[in-house]
Amino acid sequence: MTTLEIKNLAVAVGGSQILSDVSLTIKSGEVHAVMGPNGAGKSTLSAALMGKPGYVVTGGSVTLDGVDMLALPTWQRATAGLHLIMQYPTEIPGVMLQDAMSAALDTRNQDSNHLKKIIETEAKRIGFDPELVMRSVNVDFSGGEKKRSETLQLAVLQPKIAILDELDSGLDIDALRDCAQRVEDATLETNLGVLVITHYSRLFEQLKPDFVHILTNGRIVKSAGPELADELEVTGYAAYL
Amino acid sequence: MSTLALPTVDEEIWRYSRIGELNLDQFELGKVSTKIDASSQAKQCVSSATNVAPRNATDIFEDLNVRNAQLTAISVAKNQVIADPIIITHSLDKSGVVVYPRLVIDAHENSEVTIVERFISGNGVSSLIVPVVDVRAAQSARVTYVAINELGNATWQIGYQQAVGQRDSMMKLFTVALGGDYARVRAEVRLEGQGANSQQVALYFADSTQMHDFRTLQDHAAPRTHSSLLFKGAVKDTAKSVYTGLIRIRENATKSEAFQTNRNLTLSHGAWAESVPNLEIETNDVKCSHASTVGPVDDDQRFYLESRGIMPDIAERLVVLGFFGEVLDRLPAVPFIADLRERVSTKLLGDSN
Repeated sequence: MTTLEIKNLAVAVGGSQILSDVSLTIKSGEVHAVMGPNGAGKSTLSAALMGKPGYVVTGGSVTLDGVDMLALPTWQRATAGLHLIMQYPTEIPGVMLQDAMSAALDTRNQDSNHLKKIIETEAKRIGFDPELVMRSVNVDFSGGEKKRSETLQLAVLQPKIAILDELDSGLDIDALRDCAQRVEDATLETNLGVLVITHYSRLFEQLKPDFVHILTNGRIVKSAGPELADELEVTGYAAYL
Repeated sequence: MSTLALPTVDEEIWRYSRIGELNLDQFELGKVSTKIDASSQAKQCVSSATNVAPRNATDIFEDLNVRNAQLTAISVAKNQVIADPIIITHSLDKSGVVVYPRLVIDAHENSEVTIVERFISGNGVSSLIVPVVDVRAAQSARVTYVAINELGNATWQIGYQQAVGQRDSMMKLFTVALGGDYARVRAEVRLEGQGANSQQVALYFADSTQMHDFRTLQDHAAPRTHSSLLFKGAVKDTAKSVYTGLIRIRENATKSEAFQTNRNLTLSHGAWAESVPNLEIETNDVKCSHASTVGPVDDDQRFYLESRGIMPDIAERLVVLGFFGEVLDRLPAVPFIADLRERVSTKLLGDSN
């Protein structure tokens, strides 16, 4: 059992305070949805959790099973068990996806001999063309291919906690269904804990949230069960601004 | 001896260079050892003494090369296709000498040839090499030329490449520069015949106190000519690099296309790269573009890989090898290309900061 504990997190970007007080506790197998309008600070939360340069933590703490994540560089947060699926996955010309995954397994002292086989199996599950792993990371990938690639990496690297930053942006419904279903499966198969950041409830058809939190103006203003997502679908965020 | 004077950094073409450090008198005329590997078919085309048309020297180094040239001449007959690459290796193992290798490639009408010229010296060999290569591609000829600088860390190079293409010819000119203390190449292409085509591609990577210096010219002197240039470099530690490039479209070169891209990675705070692209267009109805960048490894690319659990130095190595991959992948299939990738990788691993 793993616990990611975010306590009173405050984050500034470029001198302005974006998150002022965010507390969440995510345990293995749980799915937490953080929902909010554009500009609420949702992407800042995911970037700060992973230690993206430029996102300055000004208060609070983040621990994974008691280990202070904020003290670790990005790569160690990843090997400790955090994984970020990015809203806009970066293109890296000349770096083959397979080589990147192989390097990622190397740091974890995991044998990459079976990588090809694992990739084939996982690619099939989510409808990803396995030939794409021989291409440069995200270069000339369609929106759907990018998110399938992100999901494939999650499946191969088997983190403890996944942070999904707007998995549902820039891809078609089929790709969304495949990716969301694969993450949902991981919560059951490998007990993955999930923090899913979104402003639509569309992906909840496959990936079922146990908790829904509303983030506006840099703080969590309400936390409840999945019924909150249904309510938001009808009333929008207006009541929480 | 030459009657010409040493240039100075006041001349635009020598700006940023280390020419001021050079004392020619400290070198005596030496010999470079030249080895040629070629198929028996290709060997027929190679000689060391033919009637080579004289060359107009633009400066003292070219002039001295004309006077002291150690000549290798390759002449490919009309319609002849040489399948395997001809590999020329120049080795220098003595300090205190200046050597003047000269290569002349004459590709006659509709012929095809690939030539690789390697420059090698040991570390600590404090000498000067002044190589000059002339590529002449006749109508519809296809020439691929690859220059590889694997010089030691104390050797200077002041090199010249001049390639002239006639009607519908295709010239691909590659330069890979890893070695040398100060290593300079002036690489010029002139498209003289209608529909002539050139590609210039280079990879350079300087570390420690090395300096790489490139001056390029894409000179369009006929209609419907097409040139493209892609130079990618990296500097590490306190190394330096200079790229200055000119696209010249002459008045008669209508409907021509010229592209020039120079990208530089600065891998250490103390490293320095300069990139100066220029356009000189004397006619309308042409398509030209140039792009130039100097900067460190992209933060987002680094973050992406690190977020997968890849250590920073390995992430950087992946990104830099990927950056150079675009050039390495275009190189013709010659046996030591895999070595080059390895050598770039080794350089990246070397002590930095």
